[in-house]
Amino acid sequence: MKIRNNQGPLKWFFIGISAVFLFIMLILPLIYVLVTGLKKGISVYLAAVTDEYALKAVGLTIEATIISVIVNTVFGLFAAWTITKFRFRGKKIISTLIDLPLTISPIIAGLIYVLTFGRQSFLYPFLHEHGIDIIFAVPGIVLATIFVTFPFISRELIPVLTAQGTDEEEAAALMGAGGFRIFREVTFPHIKWAFLYGIVLCTARAMGEFGAVSVLSGHLRGKTNTMPLYIELLYQGYDFTGAFAVSSILVIMALLILILRNLLEHRGKSEN
Amino acid sequence: MKQAYVELRDINKTFGDFRASDHVSFSIQKGKLIGLLGPSGSGKTTILRILAGLETADSGEIYIDGRKVNNIPASKRGIGFVFQSYALFRYKTVFDNIAFGLKIQKWQKADIKTRVEELIELVGLKGMEKRYPNQLSGGQRQRVAFARALATQPQLLLLDEPFAAIDAKVRTELRSWLRELISTVGITSIFVTHDQDEAIEVADEIIITNHGRIEQIGTPMEIYLKPTNAFTAQFIGRPTIIENISRFRGFEQAPDHLKAVLRPECISVRKKQEKHKKYEASLEEGAVEQVSFRGSDIELKIRVKGSLVTAFRQIGEPEITEGEKVDLFFYRMYVLDGDNAYTITNQALTVEESVYRI
Repeated sequence: MKIRNNQGPLKWFFIGISAVFLFIMLILPLIYVLVTGLKKGISVYLAAVTDEYALKAVGLTIEATIISVIVNTVFGLFAAWTITKFRFRGKKIISTLIDLPLTISPIIAGLIYVLTFGRQSFLYPFLHEHGIDIIFAVPGIVLATIFVTFPFISRELIPVLTAQGTDEEEAAALMGAGGFRIFREVTFPHIKWAFLYGIVLCTARAMGEFGAVSVLSGHLRGKTNTMPLYIELLYQGYDFTGAFAVSSILVIMALLILILRNLLEHRGKSEN
Repeated sequence: MKQAYVELRDINKTFGDFRASDHVSFSIQKGKLIGLLGPSGSGKTTILRILAGLETADSGEIYIDGRKVNNIPASKRGIGFVFQSYALFRYKTVFDNIAFGLKIQKWQKADIKTRVEELIELVGLKGMEKRYPNQLSGGQRQRVAFARALATQPQLLLLDEPFAAIDAKVRTELRSWLRELISTVGITSIFVTHDQDEAIEVADEIIITNHGRIEQIGTPMEIYLKPTNAFTAQFIGRPTIIENISRFRGFEQAPDHLKAVLRPECISVRKKQEKHKKYEASLEEGAVEQVSFRGSDIELKIRVKGSLVTAFRQIGEPEITEGEKVDLFFYRMYVLDGDNAYTITNQALTVEESVYRI
């Protein structure tokens, strides 16, 4: 265990490198975001974050995030359950497909929805006739967000469900417990922390999604602009104070989620 | 003959290309403790799971207490099941684990408390009601699994490798504990094991499985002393296979080129100066190649007429050393005749002796 107890200069060298790297890559930019946002005084900052379009963007981001998290919670739970508890053909394929959004570029995710629901699609006449707008509208934004975030919850659950096996569920079923009772009393306590952790990760990712949403949004101020898109818009318009002010809100939201994540992880560990 | 309590009729089950059960039929009397014994992959756990309703047989009929249960769900078969891994609910206390089945059957709270306390007392875990499974030792977990399986007063108890996950020393203790407990409760029980000592020590009757088939059914003594097929003869005990047995004294009347199993307990080893009073004419001479001390006895590897046989000798008997020439007497061998097996006794033994002397 010599390497672990090393007190020599090597240890401090590595710690130093890590600290400098983190400072330059993370902490400095975060500080800069806040400082730039507040540069022209607190009143300008407040005006920027309470701007009508800024508030609309915050609202839309929250809306899209909540819907995506709910949909992905349900889907993630079912997918993880299906993959770990049943034996069937094509299981490997499903398991691989779930990971697709992690490997595919978000911009492509956006484009495939444009192709599927846009004017050139065979679905378009039907959608148009029924007054359903997907592209350049809120449903498109939600769809894109769901697509990009859907692996997060199932990916957290699959390892814990696999490790648990099916013995405990079988034992409960043998004693006459119904499916819901088995889930509530036997399975859920086991996956609880991983599940919440997955939701947190999914939320964080949903809030920040830019690429796929950007393709589908159409950038209509106050209508289809989420926070990341709105920030980009301000930035492109040389409104640095505004861009950084709105960014600071997103950063604070992300930090809150991160703190929540650590709390959950800590509680999950102490319970095991 | 009494009516069978559990009966399987011509059960077949395949997993893909693998035949897990191949025309399995047997019946069990009420109150018996049955051991399903076989090498791993021989289909013993499948039989247990089919009985419990955790697997569905491809064909065949299952009867429990005269009732056909093929289409009755697992939870309605009146079965207690102890899993190999125990499958205790890890987020429930010992108390809640045992109470789970009772809650599902909607017992009154007070009755549940009484019943669980009674069971905890029975399995000797008093004071541990509030513990979680990961705060218990392997043996204690097994006791909880056992109490949980018995909680709803099932008529049939199924145990899948109940001692496999426990270390050797505790295992022997638990074996006799389980045996006593089952006879106290008086429940018909079937357990699966790959450990023949365990089966022979614990079971009233043993069912030997191999490649999805039932090879032999009988009491431990029958299985041990009268194997009726080649698999059982070679599976039980510590067999040495001997070719062409008619070259040995006392077995000259056997047909030529017969193959047989010879077990250590069928061999008596004597130093040259020790006298075999009666069997002088049927002794074989062998050279000791290896002597190993095994704690409770001494194991000898002896070369006799080209074959290497294994024999035991008691501690306290005059010592035998490697390289020594000794006299051997073979009481009996189990002849392997295709798939069948039969016993052949040394001619020098009189009829009473051959029956009496194991």
